[in-house]
Parts: sequence; structure tokens; C-alpha cells
Amino acid sequence: MSAERATGASGVADRVIDVALMAISFAMLTPLAFLVSNAFKTPAELLAWPPTLIPDAPTLDNLRAVIRETPLFRWIFNTIAFATLSTAAIVTTSAVAGYVLAKFRLPGFGLIFGTILATAIIPFEVYMIPLYLGVQAAGLLNTLWGLLIAYLVMSFGIFLIRQYAMTSIPDELIEAARVDGAGEWWIFLRVALPLMRGPLGALGVLAFFQAWTAFAWPLVVAAKTEAQVIEVGLALFQTGFTVELGRLSAAAAVALVPSVVFFAVMRRNFVRGVAASGMKE
Amino acid sequence: MRSGARSGLGFALVALAPVLTIYATVRIYPIAETLRLSLHNWNIISPRKPFIGLANFEELMGDALFLEALRNTTIIAFAVLAITIPAALALAALINHRYGSRLAGFYETAIFIPHVVSLVPAALAWKWVFDAKLGPLNWLLGRFGVAAQPWLYDPVLAVICVIVLCAWQAVGYAVLILIVGMRNISPSLYEAARLDGANSWQLFRFITTPQLKPVLLYVSVVTLISSFNIYAQAFVLASDSQGAPGKLVRVLVLDMLENSFRNYRVGYAAAEAVILLAIVLVLTGAQFRLFRDRSAAS
Repeated sequence: MSAERATGASGVADRVIDVALMAISFAMLTPLAFLVSNAFKTPAELLAWPPTLIPDAPTLDNLRAVIRETPLFRWIFNTIAFATLSTAAIVTTSAVAGYVLAKFRLPGFGLIFGTILATAIIPFEVYMIPLYLGVQAAGLLNTLWGLLIAYLVMSFGIFLIRQYAMTSIPDELIEAARVDGAGEWWIFLRVALPLMRGPLGALGVLAFFQAWTAFAWPLVVAAKTEAQVIEVGLALFQTGFTVELGRLSAAAAVALVPSVVFFAVMRRNFVRGVAASGMKE
Repeated sequence: MRSGARSGLGFALVALAPVLTIYATVRIYPIAETLRLSLHNWNIISPRKPFIGLANFEELMGDALFLEALRNTTIIAFAVLAITIPAALALAALINHRYGSRLAGFYETAIFIPHVVSLVPAALAWKWVFDAKLGPLNWLLGRFGVAAQPWLYDPVLAVICVIVLCAWQAVGYAVLILIVGMRNISPSLYEAARLDGANSWQLFRFITTPQLKPVLLYVSVVTLISSFNIYAQAFVLASDSQGAPGKLVRVLVLDMLENSFRNYRVGYAAAEAVILLAIVLVLTGAQFRLFRDRSAAS
């Protein structure tokens, strides 16, 4: 701030804007802050008016109770396995298809890319029922593979990598490698892939979050308690009659904190990916 | 490389084939199957799937539950839009104004976090805020002399709660995209206007907003489409008095899943999915149309 220590009216205006933005920023985070705080409160303190942001007598009882009553760690393991494998699959399929569609001209490729673009706007919810029936027919309900099937490809990922490969990987570079006698796989793995690290990283973070926050699909495909992901486990846990606020908050905080930490670490990649998604027009 | 790529054609086909196979299996086929099933009467168990034309759609037009879901979802989507876009535009302009400052990153992150955190914990956080007995909202209203409201147990108030939750999640995404859009506006436009004596408000009103129109249009359509697909938010927030999820605020996806998995009417549910698809296509079409009109006019 000191770098642009403006004088007079504009300096005052900037201070006012800072105060307003600061207030809004904290207001946006307040519900989440209270959720984490409630996780560590005793039943008595949960009833206190007004609610306290920092618990007076922090307790781990809620967390212990949740771990005892629900397969919380199993849910987290399921979610991490699902999100990691989905990310690996989406990064791989997008890298291969994006690169090939950008750098090779074959009859039909235009049509293929057009179809991928057109299906990109169709929400998953539209076609999840036939996909569910397919998973059911394959006997993959309540398995990791059943979950994964819907999250192996991402239209936007193929689009993103294709655009990047077209503009940022010079044809001359590939041609030079060919002249040197390099095979196509070698060129893809050793020349193109390293150049696509940036967008692939951004895509990977997007894919991970997409799987981590998936809800409707895991709800129907992995409905058995042991097979649930954390989002679904939590959502069904909270519909129970006797669940008290402290325990619910503890379980929710366990699901929330990793996603916030992961976002904080990966913020730049994530923002780049999201920004790219907005620039496709 | 078009001709030199002859050796590469084999590679291209071998590399692309598995991806296209997956794509066709998990995207193209289910989409086509949804369209097909919507014209059939099928209860999942029966081996018979009689073709019934548009009968599913005709029945939907008289289905009170579906119409309620359609109405709720439409109200939620447009209300979220009406809150999110003006709020995001104002926030993006203010953050962009303070772009050089050390705090800009914090503002952007704080406003964006609701968009990235898992849906269910976020919805649970708001469920507590709205809680009639324990929630801080009623406490706050009480301080202003407003009577406590049964936020989550009244069908109208519950819709408002879902709108607040969805807008809270959507605004960070819109702010991020709008800031990117604002940074792409040529600085020379601002300099020229400043030389003509324009003040900050005039710069925003007559340069930023018109220049941002395509981005605003894009963000609006994305916000609308994602609000038409909401499910988890209503599922968690709006349990009825018996604790059954999502009953109080029936949304399209909930109604569709219920018809499919509880009533076993797969063809009927597919018809609902086709209507959801039609809504999304109309919104996207409108976006392109408005965008083209604008480019033609300028």
C-alpha cells in the first residue's frame, strides 16, 4: 500500500474502499469460520448467545464422536482415491487428445473437435441416468471404478490443451525433432508434454476440485455407507434425527479444511484454470 | 507439417482412439440414450420399453411436482443472477481499482473461497446461520426488533435461503472472471477519457461496463446454467420437518432423480433431463445471439 501513497481525496477514497473490501472479505468467510469454530465447542457453548468465534473451552469430543459413529476416514480415503485417479485420467486424456487434435490434420478431426465442444455445454445431470444404468449393468455400483467412469474425460480439458498446443508449441519444433529421427511418441512425451506443463497443472487442479466436490453422481453410484465419498457421507449423516450441531460441524470441518488448504497451496494454478475457462469466448 | 506428418498419422490414430472410445462411451452414448429414453415408457425392471412419442413430455406439463420444481429452479436461477452479477461487478471494479495494493490478493481469495470449498460443508455452515433456534441470523434480526423466522421450515423462506447460499458461492467465480476481463481492457481507452476530464464513475460507466459486455454475458449465462443444475444445496439446506432432504425446495435435478430412482420411471425422468438440456441450449443460444448482435452493432 505504501508504494502508492496517494495524497488528498484519492488516498481517502482508497482507504474507504479498503475498509469496505476488508469487511466484505471477512463477511464472506464468516459462515465457514463459525463452522470450524462450532466443531470445537461443547454442547453448552453451542447454545451461547451471541455465538463465539473462538471457543472458550475447545474440545475434541465432537471429532472423537464423529470418528466413532461414522466411517469418516474411509470416506476421506474414498474421496482422495477418486479425485486423484480422476485427475490423472483427465490430465492424460486431455493431453493426448488436445495435442493430437491441435497438431495433426486428418479428415474428421474438425467434426470430432466440434462434437467435443458441443457436448461441453451439456450438464452432467442431463445424461447421468443412462450412465448410471451402464455402471449398474457392468456390476460396478459402489466401487471406485464405477465412480470414476463418469470422470475420465473433461471436454473443457481437451479444448484447453488443444488451444494451448496450437498457439504455444511451434510446428517447426516438432518438425525439427522428426528430421532428427525422433519417433512420434518420443516427441509427444519429451517435447510437447514439458511445454504443456502450465495448462496441464491448471487443468489438474480443476479436475481434482471437480471430483472432490462431486455430489449427484457419487450419491447415486456409491450409495453404500462404505463406498461413499465425504460429501455424500456428510449430506446423509446430517439428515439423521439425532445428530447434534457440534458433531455435524466437526465432520463438516474435516471435509472443509483439506479443500481450503489445497486451494491455498494451488491458488495460482486454480485461478489460471478458471480464468482460462472464462476466456473461451 | 501437414505432409511431413505422414509418419505421424499412425501415432495420431493410436493415441486418439482410446480417448475417443472413452468419450463416446461416457458422453455421447448416454446423451443419445437420454434423448431416446425420453420417448419411451420404461420402469427399469420391465424388459419392454414401448415407444410412446411425446407422451412423457405431455404428462410433465401437467405434473404438479415437476412444475413446482421447474418454478423453484427458475426463480432460484434468476434471483442468483440478479444478486451475483451486480455484486460481482461492483466488487471486481473495487478490487481492480486496488490491484496494485498488497491486499488485492487477499480480497480475491476471500471472495473466491466459497466457490471452491466442498458444497456440503458450505451448505452445513449456512444451515447453522439460518437455524431458527441457534442461528446468528435470527439473533441479528432480533437486535433490530424483527421477530425470529423459521428460515428453513417455510417453503418461501427456504427458497430464499437456497438463493443466498448459491449467490454466496457464485459471486467469487464472477468476480474472478470479471477482473480478468477488466485487466484486458486497453489502458489507452482510460487515458484518453481521463484527458477529456472523465471522473472514476464515468470511466466505469462509459468504458469498463460496455467493454466488459461479452464477459458479463458469459458470466451471466454460466451462473444461470449452474443454478439450473443445483442439487446439493437444496438437498442439504431444505430438509422438511421429517428430515427428508430437499423436499421443501424441490429442484429439477431432485425431481428427476426421484422419478428415476424412487419411482423407477426412467423414461419419464429422461424427459425431464431433456427439458433441462433444452433450457441450457436456449440460454447458450441467447448468449451467442446477444454477443453477435453486439459485435454487429459496434
